[in-house]
Amino acid sequence: MAELLQLVLFGLVLGSILTLGAIGLSLTYGILKFAHFAHGDFLTLGAYFALSLIATAQLPILVSIPIAALATLLVALIADRLIYRRLRRTQPVILLIASVGVALILRSAVQIIWGPNVQVYVQGIQLPYVIPFGDGAIRIKPDHLVIMGGALVLVTSLHFFLQYTRVGKAMRAMSDNPDLARVTGIDTEKVVLWTWGIGIALAAVGGIFAGLDAQLHPNLGWQLLLPIFAAAILGGIGKPYGAIAGGMTIGLAQELSTLVIPPEYKPAVSFGIMVLVLIVRPRGIFAGSST
Amino acid sequence: MLEARGMTGGYGGADILQGVELTVAPGEIVVIIGPNGAGKSTAMKAVFGLVHLREGSVRFDGQDITNLAPNKIVLQGIGFVPQTENVFPSLTVSENLDMGAFVRRDDFEAQREKVYDLFPILRDRRRQPAGQLSGGQRQMVAMGRALMLEPKLLLLDEPTAGLAPAVVNDMFAAIRDVNRELGVSILMVEQNAKQALGMAHRGYVLAAGRNRYEDNAASLLANREVAEMFLGG
Repeated sequence: MAELLQLVLFGLVLGSILTLGAIGLSLTYGILKFAHFAHGDFLTLGAYFALSLIATAQLPILVSIPIAALATLLVALIADRLIYRRLRRTQPVILLIASVGVALILRSAVQIIWGPNVQVYVQGIQLPYVIPFGDGAIRIKPDHLVIMGGALVLVTSLHFFLQYTRVGKAMRAMSDNPDLARVTGIDTEKVVLWTWGIGIALAAVGGIFAGLDAQLHPNLGWQLLLPIFAAAILGGIGKPYGAIAGGMTIGLAQELSTLVIPPEYKPAVSFGIMVLVLIVRPRGIFAGSST
Repeated sequence: MLEARGMTGGYGGADILQGVELTVAPGEIVVIIGPNGAGKSTAMKAVFGLVHLREGSVRFDGQDITNLAPNKIVLQGIGFVPQTENVFPSLTVSENLDMGAFVRRDDFEAQREKVYDLFPILRDRRRQPAGQLSGGQRQMVAMGRALMLEPKLLLLDEPTAGLAPAVVNDMFAAIRDVNRELGVSILMVEQNAKQALGMAHRGYVLAAGRNRYEDNAASLLANREVAEMFLGG
């Protein structure tokens, strides 16, 4: 029983990271109608910005997170201005290919600036809290609490933003029907900028959390891209609330799968779920009545 | 208030519109009828900047709005209700109205009340996602959304298309109310030509991208040739 709960905990931690990535991917798809393949590398970039702030500038983690997210978002806005915006009137597939290019540029830049080696935010081993449970014990690292708590706060804030603010409602409207948004007089370019801003900032935090959970390497985000895509598709791509459910489901499924299959096959679980959903319910299982 | 002269253009290749003329005076209801492919909807979209005009001009209240972007035209006081997909399905009725008022920075609650007074069913359904409403109710949401900016002119693209016959009458009644009670001029394209002309002040008959007839509604209804060709006998 303790083993099961331990895996659920790991699943929630991974799910928090995937959720933060999947929300942005889903929002971008909903508003701009293309699969943003550079999304994973923005996670990496956010993680490395935080590395400079935490390890080099010696800032506390909670101060570093918003600064790193802001820096990452600036890079995304530059990429939008220089590359994506020019291509927005073309077919989505061209934007998709362009985003693969952006992904490669980002990954190389990270390697050039921070080096190809594995790095960590804080040296040394973090002692976990040990909670006795039944015949065993559950171990929770303080970082795990930061990750789950942080994701909860961000997801809740996103909910209030989408439901109650003018721009948040406009984002949902534009995701519903971009043409109607335009003839209604909604400033669609402004909505696009907000979409990048929120999606990339959350991705950056997801990347930092991933680095906090384990270690940093230039392929960090790229390797998370597949489960993030799986989470977004599972939740119905384009739907931020689905991305939350999808992220948590994929996180839990990956960790719990180790009960029955060897842990090396964890990534295959999200791939399998994604393929299954695409075949059986391509609009996502949490999509509901998506008229 | 609206003056479109010699509108010529289309969606790229061929010119669907070949010199269409339209005018709407303050307080008028004007109906565009004609056979399929005559360019009725295209003409209205051209007024709203959704179809590029190669030649001709559109003036509204003295301002040249030819080929202006739709989100700019909205600010001039023209609202547009597309024929299909004219609500945001996952947004509630109330949120749909919020979106109609997106560019407004002032308090628009009074206008929202006016819309609810006009369509009381929307007040009851205000917390429901618009995607769950019936066809007629959606059409009301779409009109309400366009009314949130208090436009002087409302463009309606086939507002009764696909609605049940009983609902069609309600819709026409609602359009008349918008015109009379809110003082909004209406330019609409309509398939139910007889009924539409029955409530309109003037009408245009378009055929093959040109003006064919143009008269007050009663005369068009009485016109034997128009009746035979376009009103189904």
